[in-house]
Amino acid sequence: MMRIGPFAVKKVTAQIALVVMGASMAFGVMAANSIKPSEEDIAKFLRPAAVPQPADNMMTPERVELGKFLFFDPRLSGSNFISCATCHNPAMGWSDGQPTAIGHGMGQLARSTPTILNTSYQSFQMWDGSKRTLEEQALGPIEAGGEMAQPMHELIPELKDIPKYAVMFEAAYPGEGISKETLGKAIASFERTIVSTDSHFDRWLKGVDTAMNDSAKRGFVVFKGKANCTACHSGFNFSDNGFHNIGLSDSKDDGRYLVKKVAVLKGAFKTPTLRDVALTAPYMHNGQYKNLAEVVEHYNRGGDKNPGHLSPNMKPLNLSKAEQQDLIEFLKALTGDPMAFVVPQLPVN
Amino acid sequence: MLNTKTVMAGLIVALFSVAAGAAEVTVMQNSKSFKKDGVKIDKLQIKAGDTINFKNEDPFFHNIFSLSELKTFDLGSYPVGESKSVKFDSPGMAEVECAIHPDMYLEVTVK
Repeated sequence: MMRIGPFAVKKVTAQIALVVMGASMAFGVMAANSIKPSEEDIAKFLRPAAVPQPADNMMTPERVELGKFLFFDPRLSGSNFISCATCHNPAMGWSDGQPTAIGHGMGQLARSTPTILNTSYQSFQMWDGSKRTLEEQALGPIEAGGEMAQPMHELIPELKDIPKYAVMFEAAYPGEGISKETLGKAIASFERTIVSTDSHFDRWLKGVDTAMNDSAKRGFVVFKGKANCTACHSGFNFSDNGFHNIGLSDSKDDGRYLVKKVAVLKGAFKTPTLRDVALTAPYMHNGQYKNLAEVVEHYNRGGDKNPGHLSPNMKPLNLSKAEQQDLIEFLKALTGDPMAFVVPQLPVN
Repeated sequence: MLNTKTVMAGLIVALFSVAAGAAEVTVMQNSKSFKKDGVKIDKLQIKAGDTINFKNEDPFFHNIFSLSELKTFDLGSYPVGESKSVKFDSPGMAEVECAIHPDMYLEVTVK
């Protein structure tokens, strides 16, 4: 038997390493730790510093504070029992963990509660885009019979009877009074502050290589490439502000077609953000899937038949089990750090 | 198959088009915007009889439509590289959108 000294062993190891590297390069295999964000990735996916605001409702501390009070106040519902935060629960990714929302009298609604995270960046609100602005959107669920069931002509006098609100509305909207308009504006101002915090993905984009694990890095490559998720989930908010029928078998809901009678929109719904997506199960507008693995399987088979028009972007992806797992890891890496949040002390009367 | 009648009809249409000075304008769908000559537009003026050719340059489907009184059409969904045309016969205004990406909006004024 030959004796091999430490030097010789090192040399052999180095030779093996070189051979492995050469083979990897020859077969085009890329080690996950060599996946770095490109300039294009950074430009496309990095979170913007500022939130878009409408000129007629620029955010002020008073407006945001008032909006936060109203958001958590159950007196905004007909039963005085349901607040915006009942369904848009900050502890549950600003959603409710239900397949579809529960409204007035514990009635079950047809669609799931979308998160309010990053809604300020959306061009259209609601699953079907039926509301254009956050100001309009904020009032929708309050008045909807199945949701908060609160007629506005009853709510405004109720709020006027609470002295603290009179002071807060005056500070937020001097001279404008307590009205449907100022109510919508205040809640919208608060909602504009609910933006995603830094995630592992963001830190990786900013150059911290170890911020995302190797599986998530590979998942990002699959997300942009083979799985073509970016056809719809594009930009920093992972939404094209568009509407697509992704082939959900349980859906009989016409979705966007109810707003615009164009054939392709039958059964189409708004592309939701993927930021914090791991916090907002179950998934899809009808809550059909209970976890991200089921969602990825759905896309991998190209969706299912439904009565509407399947988006032509949908097709079987032929992802391996490992690629599907990597994709899930990437989606988990989009979860932002927990937000620091002070819950308001509501005026009793 | 083409028959003489079809060819004649085609020639007559072509003659009328030339006589009216009808033009074909290409509008791209690029980066989820309407663009003309590489520049983003949200308004376009054309003449009655002109045709707009909507060409998809994005790596995903678009679906151009209008539900305007002047001209109602739905070009359906088509991928990158493909284009479809709409002729605007009468004067007025039409709102043209992409059904899939409603941020894409074009106001077409036909003079």
